[in-house]
Amino acid sequence: MLRSPTTWFLVGQRLGIAFITLIIVSFAVFFATELLPGDVAQILLGQAATPEAVAGLREAMGLDEPAIQRFIGWLTGLAQGEMGRSYVNNIDVADLLGGRLQNSLRLAGIVTVICVPVALSLGILAAMFRGSWMDRVVSTATISVISVPEFMVATLSVLIFAVWLDWLPALSYGVDVDSLGAMLRAYAMPVITLSFVVSAQMIRMTRAAVIETIETPYVEMALLKGASRTRMVLVHALPNALGPIANAVALSLSYLVGGVIIVETVFNYPGVAKLMVDAVATRDLPLIQSCAMIFCVSYLSLTTLADMIAILSNPRLRQ
Amino acid sequence: MTMTPRTKSKFRLPTPHNLGYAFNWTGRIGLALILFWALVALFGRWVTPYPVGAIVDWDYFGGISTEYWMGTDYLGRDIFSRVLMGARYTVGIALAAVTLACTIGVVLGMIAAVIGGWFDTLLSRLLDAFNGIPSLLFGLVVVAAVGSSIPVLVLTLAAIYMPGAYRFARALAVNINTMDFVTVARARGEATPYLIRHEILPNILGPVLADLGLRFVFIVLVLSGLSFLGLGVQPPNADWGALVRENIEGLSLGAPAVIFPSIAIASLTISVNMFIDNLPTKIRDRAE
Repeated sequence: MLRSPTTWFLVGQRLGIAFITLIIVSFAVFFATELLPGDVAQILLGQAATPEAVAGLREAMGLDEPAIQRFIGWLTGLAQGEMGRSYVNNIDVADLLGGRLQNSLRLAGIVTVICVPVALSLGILAAMFRGSWMDRVVSTATISVISVPEFMVATLSVLIFAVWLDWLPALSYGVDVDSLGAMLRAYAMPVITLSFVVSAQMIRMTRAAVIETIETPYVEMALLKGASRTRMVLVHALPNALGPIANAVALSLSYLVGGVIIVETVFNYPGVAKLMVDAVATRDLPLIQSCAMIFCVSYLSLTTLADMIAILSNPRLRQ
Repeated sequence: MTMTPRTKSKFRLPTPHNLGYAFNWTGRIGLALILFWALVALFGRWVTPYPVGAIVDWDYFGGISTEYWMGTDYLGRDIFSRVLMGARYTVGIALAAVTLACTIGVVLGMIAAVIGGWFDTLLSRLLDAFNGIPSLLFGLVVVAAVGSSIPVLVLTLAAIYMPGAYRFARALAVNINTMDFVTVARARGEATPYLIRHEILPNILGPVLADLGLRFVFIVLVLSGLSFLGLGVQPPNADWGALVRENIEGLSLGAPAVIFPSIAIASLTISVNMFIDNLPTKIRDRAE
């Protein structure tokens, strides 16, 4: 792979755009949560609070400062790992998040390890034998999974694995896992559901990427020269499709972010998403902001990674 | 492009089929299902067998019977009536949001493509940044901030999907904008509104409508997701996502109360996908 100065310039430019996007996103998250609900102090103290008490709390929380000043303060705090305190139980947000983040990352990690090999082989096989019954089954299945909401995939897997087959518990506890068997059982349902959602996207994108390469003239040439179908795909097409495939993998992993919100709620899995949904119910703004930023940062890193892989692997994008 | 073939040897009537506007059967089934749900959303409230909020059965999670076609829910309310009424919320909110998102997005996209320059760059960068927020998360944050009501849901969902519509329309319009007939119109001295309405829009309309259909599916999915989390349509009203949430306890009993709303969502989204995927290429890819 040639790495000319232009390539690094493009990669740097992409990183710069990601950084600016992050600033705009944090701006949006901050103002959506801070400015719109009216008076946080009033909400905290409830309807019965005296105006003096509300004013006192406002001053104590720094709410009477200009919004832009609070935004900059909040952003610099975030950059230093200072996320503020939860309104509801007055615990440091960082402490609340620590273990939860680990749980969520573990879930995402397991799903990634399972999904990537399965989805890649299915996607490449479907592209190789395009139009065959295997391709049709895979394509129909992926389209069905993509066009229904994530919670339906979740409820369906509960129905099948927990109710009808009675193999697994319907809820995940995640905390008290002592043996390997218990751990497997606790993680099985969320992992199965998320894997379905993520690999459906991944298979679809991989298949499209490989088909696009197969349709190029040089691959057709290989076939005309007498290469077998397998050789044509594996030797001639695949090396050139690696970039688009890696791009597809990174992009579909970003679906984890949306999927994990539903899946953690359905299975009561103690991760960041569950924390955030609970925080939304109690309107715990500092907690919501921090969770939202975690999701936005992971989503942005994955999409940026996808773009950078595309730039690095495709010389035509460098011009 | 839409002319009949010039070959005189064989006379062909200008029927939709011969003009290349024919639907295949998958597309027709999709269209039929979409029309069915549209009719249910419009007129469903007058054909509900029981009042939507009324508790009609003292047993909860009742099964399918001649009295209750889709069983009863966790309070003993008739699910068939509630699904009919839920269509109104799911289809209505999604349709309003997608119309809003696509109208704003497409108009802005065409303006950006025709004007170009810093306006285009600035708008594109800004809207790309909004694409950096995962959709369900954006919905969560807004609902956390302002609370959930139907206007808030419509506006939020429209805001989530507007940047995508903008990007799509802009990419198409940029291509059209370089074509000769647009250059000629510009040389004639036509103003930007004329160019957008008479030169660009008619030529991107087909793909834009196909994109609207796909966006509709995404909006239905996010709306159901929000309602499922309890942050969408609020009780006592319920869209299909909320119906699934209300009756999720019945899942372990295999209650029809949780299965039928799920089927309703799936049938709507899958049929729209089927319809859009099988649109005649003349409509879908006219700009290419």
